[in-house]
Amino acid sequence: MLEIKDLHASVDGTPILKGISLTIGDGEIHAIMGPNGSGKSTLSNVLAGRENYMITKGSIIYKGKDLTELSIEERASAGIFLAFQYPTEIPGVTTMTFLKTAVNAQRKARGEDELDAVKFLKLVREKAKELKVEEDMLKRPLNVGFSGGEKKRAETLQMSLLQPSLAVLDETDSGLDIDALKIVADGVNRMRAPDRSMIVITHYQRLLDYIVPDHVHVLAKGKIIRSGGKALAAELEASGYTDLTESAA
Amino acid sequence: MVATRETVEAVDEAVGKYKYGFSTDIESEKAPKGLSEDTVRFISAKKNEPEWLLEWRLDAFRRWLNMEEPDWAKVNYPKIDYQDAYYYSAPKSDDDRPKSLDEIDPKILETYDKLGIPLVEQMALAGIAVDAVFDSVSVATTFKERLAEAGVIFCSFSEAVQDHPELVRQYLGTVVPVTDNYFATLNSAVFSDGSFVYVPKGVRCPMELSTYFRINEADTGQFERTLIIVEDGAYVSYLEGCTAPMRDEHQLHAAVVELVCLEDAEIKYSTVQNWYPGDEDGNGGIYNFVTKRGDCRGDNSKISWTQVETGSAVTWKYPSCVLRGDNSVGEFYSIAISNNLQQVDSGTKMIHLGKNTSSRIISKGISAGRSSSTYRGLVSVHKKAEDARNFTQCDSLLIGDRCSAHTVPYIESKNPSAILEHEATTSKLSEDQLFYCRQRGLDEEEAVALLVNGFCRDVLQQLPMEFAVEAQKLVGISLEGSVG
Repeated sequence: MLEIKDLHASVDGTPILKGISLTIGDGEIHAIMGPNGSGKSTLSNVLAGRENYMITKGSIIYKGKDLTELSIEERASAGIFLAFQYPTEIPGVTTMTFLKTAVNAQRKARGEDELDAVKFLKLVREKAKELKVEEDMLKRPLNVGFSGGEKKRAETLQMSLLQPSLAVLDETDSGLDIDALKIVADGVNRMRAPDRSMIVITHYQRLLDYIVPDHVHVLAKGKIIRSGGKALAAELEASGYTDLTESAA
Repeated sequence: MVATRETVEAVDEAVGKYKYGFSTDIESEKAPKGLSEDTVRFISAKKNEPEWLLEWRLDAFRRWLNMEEPDWAKVNYPKIDYQDAYYYSAPKSDDDRPKSLDEIDPKILETYDKLGIPLVEQMALAGIAVDAVFDSVSVATTFKERLAEAGVIFCSFSEAVQDHPELVRQYLGTVVPVTDNYFATLNSAVFSDGSFVYVPKGVRCPMELSTYFRINEADTGQFERTLIIVEDGAYVSYLEGCTAPMRDEHQLHAAVVELVCLEDAEIKYSTVQNWYPGDEDGNGGIYNFVTKRGDCRGDNSKISWTQVETGSAVTWKYPSCVLRGDNSVGEFYSIAISNNLQQVDSGTKMIHLGKNTSSRIISKGISAGRSSSTYRGLVSVHKKAEDARNFTQCDSLLIGDRCSAHTVPYIESKNPSAILEHEATTSKLSEDQLFYCRQRGLDEEEAVALLVNGFCRDVLQQLPMEFAVEAQKLVGISLEGSVG
């Protein structure tokens, strides 16, 4: 699915990622953990193709193709989805309108017919119900005045409608209480599939109790300093990042 | 005084001569170049107007000679040479019109497609002799019959002068007086044609009235004159203009629209203006200097202006409401989009005269490219206007860093019971929002269109349904190439 080799990237001229290599197979879930400022969010922005994130060295191969040659929206239509840590408010655009615009933009880019309004409405209602997204929320402008939990549920709803091949979940647990976390994690787990991979970025082990990863990587100062199975997350929770990052330095 | 009389007599004599002179030359297509009393007489004679209307025009012309072009608006354009223009040209005959879409600028056709305008309508809009394509008569006739049954008069201004002179004479110039302003006075002297609507007492007009229905009937030209009269308890919704780009050989447009709203009556007036804005360097666009005003003459009357302004190189336009009747309501909903080198100075005037009058102003300005957009509004509460209320909201959205937005609200209150609220915001289209939309698969232009439509939502909702859908698309098209 994804092969990152010796990736170096800088933001506005400041080097952040300093040689990341990572291989993600079909259907795998990889957790990336690390302290604040380790480069976790930079990695997600680089994968999404955000403009002021410059790749200075290395390569990213997605489904056998050079990802860096694609624009932001081309990557989206090719199946890369970023669940934002802080979803942006879109005033005046209802959640329903946004969902429909996004789904149809991707369908169009892939040369598929746009979904008709009735079918789409039915699909959204079905998915919304699973995520406990109220009808009222669909009529409100996207993310405007949403609580932390509503924002993350809206992100998950978008993911379930867009059916990405590679989902990057950036600090999806931040701002969620335990009940909200369970709802979101359930939604994510329902989407696990042999042809869908996920990168779960998190500071805390808590989320990984609900979304259980196949692999765990620890990112510090722009490098992956340790990789392991799901047990690594528990170990980190016990010992903290300090030991690891210091031994790596 | 004697001197004045002599002038009038001299003029009368001249009228006689010119009438005679022109009668042999009545088939000529254009008035002589330039603006003089002769031009005014020529236009009036061409239209076979009654004497009083000619006098009205001449009075306007004489006053215009002593007026000065206003310069207070925040717009710049080269000085207009009023003598270097034609003020009347006969509507094109079918022989002069293009015969098929092959003869139309492909760029215009591309825009029609983007707007989703059906082929037959595209032909009509492009000025193709419609009869050669399909029989439009039956459609127009059906509408006319339905309106006639309801007692509604909807016709061109010229027809109204011939068929309903008493109504025209009673109301013309009563909302926008001849001397109102430089451009309105010019219009009064040389107006070419326009629309006339009369809705009698208690009638709810059975359909949205659109100039579009008359597309093949009249070439209204550059000095359009519209008069709408809605009697007690009656209602009309009027749609002006069209989302399709309108090209016109005349650079200067100075229209006047007058609305008369009597007791318990309501007028909803919606405009989409998409005239040629000029090229990317600002060459060749239309100057649009419009005077639009509604008079809530009766108690409990209501006038609502909704405008989507995307075209023209220079826009100077302040649709206003005179809230004369007690409990009358005035509304102004506006979207003004400027791109490239366009300049917009637009807003409204709400004049509160009656008791318990209220007004609401929602203005959304979007500037991109190197354009400049100014909201200029006046809320005025007169001494006797007890318990007047106004709510104003002016939001500006900037796209890029070379455009500008300005808000110039004037508020005058001479009655202490007035409650006036004014809110204003200025924001930039954020990179975060664009990134978010693009990450979901929208390309840059789709993202801008979606975000700007969201910004304008409060106003778009005021438009009649079929207009709103096209206007939404138009918002996107107007801003193409504005980012990146």
